[in-house]
Amino acid sequence: MMKRRAVAAIVATAATCLVLAACSSGAASSGGSGGSGSGTITLTWWNNATNQPLLGVYTNAIKGFEASHPNIKITNVPIQNETLQKTKIPLALQGNNPPNIYQQWGGGVLGQQVSSGKVDNITSDVSSWIGGITGASGWQAKGQQYGVPVDLHIVGFWYRKDIFAKDGITVPTTLAQLESDDTKLRAHGVAPIAVGSKDGWPDAFYWEYFALRDCPQSTVTSAIGSESFSASCFATASTNLAAFLKTNPFQTGFLGTSSQQGAGSSAGLVASGKAAMELQGDWDPSVMEGVSTNKNLSTELGWFPFPQTPGSAGSQTAALGGGDGYSCTGTTQQAQACAEFLQYLDSPTVQTQIVGVGESGEPVIASAASAISLPATQTAAAYYKTAAYSELYFDTALPTKPGENLDTAIANYFSAPSSSTASAIANSPQSP
Amino acid sequence: MSRSTALKAGPGPAAAGNTAAAGPRRAPWRRGPKLRKNTELTILLAPGLILFVGFVLVPIVIAAYYSFYDWPGYGPLNHPIGLRNYTYAFEDPAFIHAIEHTLTLTVASVLIQGPLSIGIALLLNRKFLGRTFLRTVIFAPYVLPPAVTAVMWSLILQPSGFLDQVFKAFGLGGLVQLWLANTHIVLWTNFVVLTWQYLGFGIVLLLAGLQGVPEELKEAAAIDGAGPWEVTRRITLPLLAPTIRIWAFITIIGSLQIFDIVWILTEGGPAGSSGTIATYMYLNGVQADDFGFAGAIAVILFAFCFVFALIYQRFALRRDTQGALTRAVG
Repeated sequence: MMKRRAVAAIVATAATCLVLAACSSGAASSGGSGGSGSGTITLTWWNNATNQPLLGVYTNAIKGFEASHPNIKITNVPIQNETLQKTKIPLALQGNNPPNIYQQWGGGVLGQQVSSGKVDNITSDVSSWIGGITGASGWQAKGQQYGVPVDLHIVGFWYRKDIFAKDGITVPTTLAQLESDDTKLRAHGVAPIAVGSKDGWPDAFYWEYFALRDCPQSTVTSAIGSESFSASCFATASTNLAAFLKTNPFQTGFLGTSSQQGAGSSAGLVASGKAAMELQGDWDPSVMEGVSTNKNLSTELGWFPFPQTPGSAGSQTAALGGGDGYSCTGTTQQAQACAEFLQYLDSPTVQTQIVGVGESGEPVIASAASAISLPATQTAAAYYKTAAYSELYFDTALPTKPGENLDTAIANYFSAPSSSTASAIANSPQSP
Repeated sequence: MSRSTALKAGPGPAAAGNTAAAGPRRAPWRRGPKLRKNTELTILLAPGLILFVGFVLVPIVIAAYYSFYDWPGYGPLNHPIGLRNYTYAFEDPAFIHAIEHTLTLTVASVLIQGPLSIGIALLLNRKFLGRTFLRTVIFAPYVLPPAVTAVMWSLILQPSGFLDQVFKAFGLGGLVQLWLANTHIVLWTNFVVLTWQYLGFGIVLLLAGLQGVPEELKEAAAIDGAGPWEVTRRITLPLLAPTIRIWAFITIIGSLQIFDIVWILTEGGPAGSSGTIATYMYLNGVQADDFGFAGAIAVILFAFCFVFALIYQRFALRRDTQGALTRAVG
């Protein structure tokens, strides 16, 4: 009896080992998808441009680049944004076959990705041209360039000009004016502001803007660096946010609303005119187009910055924002090819296309700014230039875990503002 | 069975040596089936065993191993922290709430879906016009992928959405709630959607079980003067008990691990008010790039399920599976 079992066990174990060995050797040998078989370098490109028109811009960019670089082939793999950032990229960087070019948002998250040892240091590959790229320092880790931005974002209020006009609302410049506008809009039966609290991060925009208004830049910078929001001005920000929440500025049931999925999302509510405004990044117009049949959005949408809170200690014109950038993985040869492609994406030809379709906020080279087609985005871009400083979204500036903790704590605060949820925000980055 | 036993069991040396020709012929014939049986067993068992070891046992062991490290998913495992991931989990009120929510959903599934499934299955077991149609309709939700169910219900449950309009149309506007945003209600909203999805499964399982209840017994009981209620209580339900026990087992294990519908409907929110152990693991482990912590939560969830499964096997399922699982065969 024992013997037969032993034989079967040995056979099964041997077979398991064979299969596992086969799997691991396969993965190891393919390192960095696509080699350089006959002198051709193949690169896989993961990005979040799943919809037109940005998908078309990227497809054209590949064609244009391949025409001038016949030895490089690029495979475009658009992936839904949340899946891409939260699941696909972290898992790919743990594996042996990460995409050669992948999208990320810089900051502490990029720093963490670099620790995987898979992300290529492209400092020397981009040194000749990176000086002309706005915001490139956000894609550095340990002083080295591990990525390159291709567009920049600013977070502000996207509002329906037609609704404001119909209800006699003026664009607010102070928080008090915004609150008074909210009251008027609600009296007209429109939800003043839509927010997608289900996702957490849209809530964080509010707290972060209050923090920028209430805290000096140096305090914000050191708080992110030390991963602690214990400075008293952050508690003030929480208190001010609670007072704002108390004015009931959001749509009914906002805690269960998603930000970007479908007509019932916060973007969908603004697009359909059920809500008048939304605090979002400048990708919002393209999200609205995707979830609505409203063809007049480009003329109906306006933009204004997060209101000022006179008398508070922080900058009244600091902007919250970020950008989309790309990092490279793979062999030295693939990294060089990747850097060449990123240089092409940051060329005037492609930059004018990227911002021209009204999808992607601000260009990383000044000369392309005139190509921004959407009037509201032009307003945002003009403000971006005049902002006292631009602070990266806190959840991206921090490493992933503290950033996620912060978003969760702020979302909890939206659900029930109290002193305990406020101190949870202050301590969130340091939760183990 | 070793070779020596095989020889003992076979005809003795005297019998084997009866004729010179029979000996050598008989030996390979005897060994043949044994070799064939071993080969068959190996061929048939190996693929399943490889998959089970590779995709179930090894990942469990690896998750348990990761759980002793502070590991963001990148780079080498070089920061062992002992049981810190486990102690942190049990110190986190959000995790304790997630356990409470998971147990609430589990108990509610058994106590509410159970009687509902049994009742509807008993009704659908009677002969009436449109029975097949009704059976199909009731089973249909189970055929839908949970993701589709969740997206569909998230649209139905929106403020002023379809459900609210239905309530208002029937003059029940006062009962309308913020189904997905009210922290006191949202767990039960999830439960209703879960019930909608999985009720059909229980009913079909129980209908299959009801086919095994002999008509003669019911008729005999009826002749002896038992009313329909007594027949159901004393004949049908006891004979249906093995199916009910299996249904409860599947439901409880499924509820302990529930993730997909809850994640898509509410992401465990608002403020963690509908979070389950699995959504907590995904939010605080996977999305936060804290794979050591995710491993610890996974191990805790595994321990819950494993301990429950063992106890249930020992006390509830033993009589149903005797001879199949609890006693060695061969």
